[in-house]
Amino acid sequence: MTDSISEKPSQSPEASVGLDEFRIAGHTFESRLILGSGKYDSFEVMRESFEVAETQCVTIAVRRERLHDSSGRNILDFVDPKRFVLLPNTAGCYDADTAVRCAKMGREILRGLENPGADWVKLEVLGDSRSLLPDPIELLKATETLVGQGFQVLCYSSDDPIVARRLKDAGATSVMPAGSPIGSGLGVINRNSLQIILEDLKQGDPDYPVIIDAGVGTASDVAVAMELGFDAVLLNTAVARADAPVRMAEAMKHGVKAGRLAYQSGRIPMSRYASASSPEVGVISKRNQ
Amino acid sequence: MRKAFAGVFPFKKRIAFNVIDVTINGKKQACDKGLTIVELLDSLGMNSRAIAVEINQQLQPRDTHCLVEVNDGDILEIVTLVGGG
Repeated sequence: MTDSISEKPSQSPEASVGLDEFRIAGHTFESRLILGSGKYDSFEVMRESFEVAETQCVTIAVRRERLHDSSGRNILDFVDPKRFVLLPNTAGCYDADTAVRCAKMGREILRGLENPGADWVKLEVLGDSRSLLPDPIELLKATETLVGQGFQVLCYSSDDPIVARRLKDAGATSVMPAGSPIGSGLGVINRNSLQIILEDLKQGDPDYPVIIDAGVGTASDVAVAMELGFDAVLLNTAVARADAPVRMAEAMKHGVKAGRLAYQSGRIPMSRYASASSPEVGVISKRNQ
Repeated sequence: MRKAFAGVFPFKKRIAFNVIDVTINGKKQACDKGLTIVELLDSLGMNSRAIAVEINQQLQPRDTHCLVEVNDGDILEIVTLVGGG
């Protein structure tokens, strides 16, 4: 008896050879790994991690300029805005109005830098500082407002399939459910809901980008997310706080590639029982029932 | 206008007329009356490409910074980019 738990992707075998580009919000990336720029011990380690990970898209936050501290080092000296597409976030916002203001300020800064990331935003509207899970109602409100103002909105969302659908319906460019809480390192803990989200959002719209954002602890988590069929993974803490961030960045790069290839290859169905790899005819021993 | 000394100074040192009260990034400050956003940023040493300015929760587009004057009681947010996920 075959107990088929996970479905195969619909692509035909060996179909996609060559470039496997990731298209989102008018950008085309070869890398499906988006890295955050927070929590690194130094800008130097951050820069090297981005280098090794071969990421092309980096998230950044908008914060008050410090009034009386001119240590002078700015993150832009280490993340060349001519080379990386910057994805400004609204991290730390707990209501729609503040998130919208934050998004507009991010856009204004990136326009000044002539960075192609100016018109998009990673929209975070948090509901609670302990779980850092999104407030779905404020998130939807902010999405509607920002879409109305011409933003490409990438929504950091919970793993609720209904919320995900509502965000897409509101015009979100991408829905980005958390694998688990931000910075928790728990990995992908609710596969079933995430698979429902993928099925729902991609039904009749297979190129709609759905990204796992948050929760990754290690490279296998990234591979799992990609195997499920997510288009990309966004992570920060798992690299920045690893003992060896640069090496972990390399691991994440391979994790994304391995998971993506596996997804495209169509995995075998799961079965409760074994299926011998060696021929069953011509066996010299007596069969043991 | 005392352009030569134009700028922002600690709230407590506020001296009489030609000076207004503003709140910059949550902190009360005094500054010369009639300063434009650009002049204010200059006096704070913040006039870089990588900032955005809000006055009373309204974004002030960069190309208006040399025209818009800061008024008494204004609440300013001056933000930049930092590392984040």
